[in-house]
Amino acid sequence: MFFALYALTGIGLFVLGLYSLIVQAHLIRKIIALNIMGSGVFLVLVGLGGRTSSAVPDPVPQAMVLTGIVVAIAATALALTLILRVQAETGRTDLPEHTSEH
Amino acid sequence: MNTADHRALPKPFQYVLLVLISALACGLGYAVLSLPDQAIELKGLVEANLEASGVRNPVTAVLLNFRAYDTLLEMAVLLLALIGVWSLGATPMRRGADPGPVLSALVHGLVPMMILVAGYLLWAGAHAPGGAFQAGAVLAASGVLLLLTGKRLTARLTGRPLRIALLAGLGAFITIGVIVMPAGGMFLQYPPSHADGLILFIEATATLSIGAILTALFLGGRTVSGGER
Amino acid sequence: METITLLERVFDGLLMLTLLWLAWRALQSPDLFKAVVLFIAFGLTMALVWVRLQAPDIALAEAAIGAGLTGALLLKALAQSNELADRVSDDHTTDTGDTHEHR
Repeated sequence: MFFALYALTGIGLFVLGLYSLIVQAHLIRKIIALNIMGSGVFLVLVGLGGRTSSAVPDPVPQAMVLTGIVVAIAATALALTLILRVQAETGRTDLPEHTSEH
Repeated sequence: MNTADHRALPKPFQYVLLVLISALACGLGYAVLSLPDQAIELKGLVEANLEASGVRNPVTAVLLNFRAYDTLLEMAVLLLALIGVWSLGATPMRRGADPGPVLSALVHGLVPMMILVAGYLLWAGAHAPGGAFQAGAVLAASGVLLLLTGKRLTARLTGRPLRIALLAGLGAFITIGVIVMPAGGMFLQYPPSHADGLILFIEATATLSIGAILTALFLGGRTVSGGER
Repeated sequence: METITLLERVFDGLLMLTLLWLAWRALQSPDLFKAVVLFIAFGLTMALVWVRLQAPDIALAEAAIGAGLTGALLLKALAQSNELADRVSDDHTTDTGDTHEHR
């Protein structure tokens, strides 16, 4: 039950991040929201991995989360560089509204 | 540019979004709470084969031995992200920021210690919490500190040596994976007698590579080899 | 023994609430710099949570990569974004076409 509470916190983080991802316009804020969503998913993974017969948690979800953290920072770095290029080219830090042209 | 710039979502859409998100949260919460108390766990399998894996830390065993292929692909993902960042432009112009005396003194003292800590984390990963990713991250942090005080690699090192350092982790991983094939059978199937040495070698090269890749990701641009930076 | 378990429960509850509150403040803060700093604090609190979940390897990685390196990346992107924005506004306010930096 203790681990399940942390899994619920993970779901809360995921949902908070998802709401901000949709609502916020600034691209860097979207990246922060994505990172928080990722942390929420990792919490759920490890939280659910604690449902073991003994007190020692399952190492396989922990290894997956470790991989996930490294992949998340790689994606974040690429996304931030893309955002800076978009700003250098178009001068704005949010995606344009859908216009009727093309 | 920093002020709150919520997209002007109309009020009814905001409420609909809130309702949908709450429904999603409730659904996920119900899914999590309705899972059985005992999972179908792989922990037993890991514990049973821990001696044959060559390390005593179960997470390292899973990362570097049982699921080594995933770690290999993860190193490839890091390299792909770096290629993506490098393809977007050269190193941004140095702003000539002058690090104060405090930062310089701090970096002079901290960076050697951080390299030591990285070495310890790499070594301790076999029997205690630690491992290649943690050590590589500390190395990258020391690299970021050096970058922030304005130090850059000399022109001689930014060409081939840098590329070699970036590729060493993935290259060693693939090489060892192929080398053990005549002895064991499958790709990355280490013979249990040599598993600890192989894992340590892979972790050492991976540490160097991860540190270099993360530092290069922080720098954010393709280093110009042979140039003045 | 009961008091220790109760203390642990209170500590865990506080950790979870801090996590959610930090995440919400980071996402809704009007100032982007404050949002990034709160995100770094969120990452460090996550490291504590990983320790509570008996995952010390993840705690090390989260503190170094999740909080430290991601925070540094975000701050650098923020600084470069501000510089790009300042450069654009300078170009618009000055009449000359050169981008000579005079700061």
